[in-house]
Amino acid sequence: MTNATLKRLSLVIGAPVLALVTAFLITSLVLAVAGDSVSGVWGQILSLPTPRGYVNIINSATVYYLSAVAVAIGFRMNLFNIGVDGQYRIASFVAAIVAGEAWLPGYLNTVFAVLAAMLVGAAWAGIAGILRVTRGVSEVISTIMLNAIATVVVAYFLRKAAVEHKGSNTIATKEIPEGSRVPGFTWSEDVPAKIYGFVLVAILVGILYWVIINKTRFGFDLRATGLSETAAVASGIDVKRMVLVSMLLSGAIAGLVGMPLLFGNDYSYGSTFQSGLGFAGIAIALLGRNHPVGIALGALLFAFLDEQSNPLQILLDVSPDIVKITQGVIVLTVVIAYEVVRRNGIRLEQRSVANALEDEAPKEEVKA
Amino acid sequence: MSIVTAPLDEPLQPEPRKRRKLSVAWLLIGFAVFMLLMSLLRVATGANDLNSSGTIRATIIAAIPIGLAGLGGLWSERAGIVNIGLEGMMILGTFGAGYFGYFYGPWQGVVGAIAFGAIGGLLHAIATVTFGVDHIVSGVAINIIGLGAVQYLAVLAFTGVPGGGQTQSPRIDDLPSVTISALSNPLGDLEQKHWFLVSDLAAFVRAFVNNLSLLTLISLALFFFTYWVLWRTTFGLRLRSCGESPAAAESLGVNVIRYKFIAVLISGGFAGLAGGFLALVASNTFREGQTGGRGYIGLAAMIFGNWRPSGLLAGAGLFGYTDTLRLRGGGESIHGLMLLIAVLLLLVAAWQWRKANRISALVSAILGIVVAVWFFATESVPEDLTGMTPYLTTLLVLALASQRLRMPAADGKTYRKGSAG
Repeated sequence: MTNATLKRLSLVIGAPVLALVTAFLITSLVLAVAGDSVSGVWGQILSLPTPRGYVNIINSATVYYLSAVAVAIGFRMNLFNIGVDGQYRIASFVAAIVAGEAWLPGYLNTVFAVLAAMLVGAAWAGIAGILRVTRGVSEVISTIMLNAIATVVVAYFLRKAAVEHKGSNTIATKEIPEGSRVPGFTWSEDVPAKIYGFVLVAILVGILYWVIINKTRFGFDLRATGLSETAAVASGIDVKRMVLVSMLLSGAIAGLVGMPLLFGNDYSYGSTFQSGLGFAGIAIALLGRNHPVGIALGALLFAFLDEQSNPLQILLDVSPDIVKITQGVIVLTVVIAYEVVRRNGIRLEQRSVANALEDEAPKEEVKA
Repeated sequence: MSIVTAPLDEPLQPEPRKRRKLSVAWLLIGFAVFMLLMSLLRVATGANDLNSSGTIRATIIAAIPIGLAGLGGLWSERAGIVNIGLEGMMILGTFGAGYFGYFYGPWQGVVGAIAFGAIGGLLHAIATVTFGVDHIVSGVAINIIGLGAVQYLAVLAFTGVPGGGQTQSPRIDDLPSVTISALSNPLGDLEQKHWFLVSDLAAFVRAFVNNLSLLTLISLALFFFTYWVLWRTTFGLRLRSCGESPAAAESLGVNVIRYKFIAVLISGGFAGLAGGFLALVASNTFREGQTGGRGYIGLAAMIFGNWRPSGLLAGAGLFGYTDTLRLRGGGESIHGLMLLIAVLLLLVAAWQWRKANRISALVSAILGIVVAVWFFATESVPEDLTGMTPYLTTLLVLALASQRLRMPAADGKTYRKGSAG
């Protein structure tokens, strides 16, 4: 029995490693077929980051982490919130307007804007939730449509709300006043780049996520619904309410995704605001198996790959887009590896149960 | 009023509902009603571009990639595999068309598009059928891989090529197209008269006889081909049985795993062709970001069409049409369309009220009134906002129709060989 558990444990740890190795092999194959230098690319990507690189990795991992947690909340109950992308963009835009207008002084303004972002994110996700609960529209389709609608809506209002920025021909909202910006930490004396203050918020969100999912009634209901909807209904869980609430919660966290960028780096929402974070979040949530620590590792891995591939174009004349293939393949190989491990685990368990029964059987015969 | 009278009109014992099939007659009646509505709308709003032959032609070109992507979805979902990776496969298809189309010729481009899409299908099949990974997870991964791969390959293939660049191919040669000028010219004259209904019909027919690409015709034929294969052959029956009840299918000797694998491969081919159509017919070049989410809209069109080719064709037409109006007439045409939406919403409200669905009737009525007020209060829809018409239409249609839809019973469920027990 303990032997089987040990075997299973080694498989669980082995799975992500196996998946990473496979992903690297596949990427190498693509590089080789395309005629790019395989060793050169890996040499660059797997080298130690620069001091500035470390800061960049932590910063983008912070943003990825929030996005992935937002997705993971839905995943835990089999809800696919593909719409984190639209939710964070529309929420960041509203927060930028609110913070830029500065109705409240100093950090009150920051808190107010962040709350507004969470509210807007929740509302945007809530549309999909309501459609799912009342009309049975799959949240996969509705959130994808809402992403596209968010793009149009934000572009429209951005043009209306945009102000002139000196020396730039991109349009953006009014800048957030100095007093409401969130200061960062310095890594060391010689590196001017700063780590976002929002990294603390991301850690807090991770802890709260763990507590809510694992230690509360709500979290239990959520996981129960995700594992078996029929069983959840039978035990008195209002599944419709759960769908709506988790969608709102997921959207609220999605509203936070753009905040580190807004208050720590950009200070306004413009046409150059980073996009596509929601889709990265889906991949990272899958990679981290919806576990707060797993997601953190996944976010760091993705941020690491992004940062290390940046100089590829200059150094080796290789498009940095190659790591997007790696990232996609990692997602696929990780889920495949886990599936293989799960099947093997079940097989091992069945064998151990069969063995235990065989040991048991003769005793009963003696009794009879 | 109807609260009291409606139950009395109906027989006390509800008769067993007849299954209403979408026969040819129904399709023709639907088409006639649609033409009548459109000509009424054109006359009422004065937006002549609502159904000119140019608009219809553009609609066909806009609808076919969506429809082909939807066919891709249909093939795999009928075999029980949800395919949200259509978008990624379509992106692969645009590159396949761009690469083979530019370096070898347009027909080779078509083959390249199908082949590249099928590679995406192969990935999806290995992940979902062989390894039993969650279908949506695999689809999301394929979308990421497809996008990344094409961005990477485009830099390799087209940098330094005359007329090409890191994100686009040079111009690809045209595929041959057909014009029947004996019909096209007189119909064109008739259309210019703007007579009620007659001109509208002329415009509709003219769109099909004037400068139509061969690939368009082939694509239209593929809808009928799909219907024939899936609903009129043994192969199709077996394939669909894998989507409805794989355990039963396997107990009858169907090789479920093989059928699912083939279906997903074909699905990828269709999605690739959809991308190829964008590159070869709709624009003559490969460009990054050319698909613009059409894979997802194709999936929505298929759901809207209740997992059937005829419904899918109607859905694709609807999305293609709203997309076209946005590009051609812009705000004015979309504004005209709002009247239609308002009327349809109010009709739905009345119908739901009759069926005693009070809440949905009220919601539809309120939405309808809002749209109507918006229509009468404004002259045009802001140009920037017209971009969301296809997506908003999708949401609206799904919200109104999704409860009458039935997907294949085992759709999205992982099947393992030997589960029949």
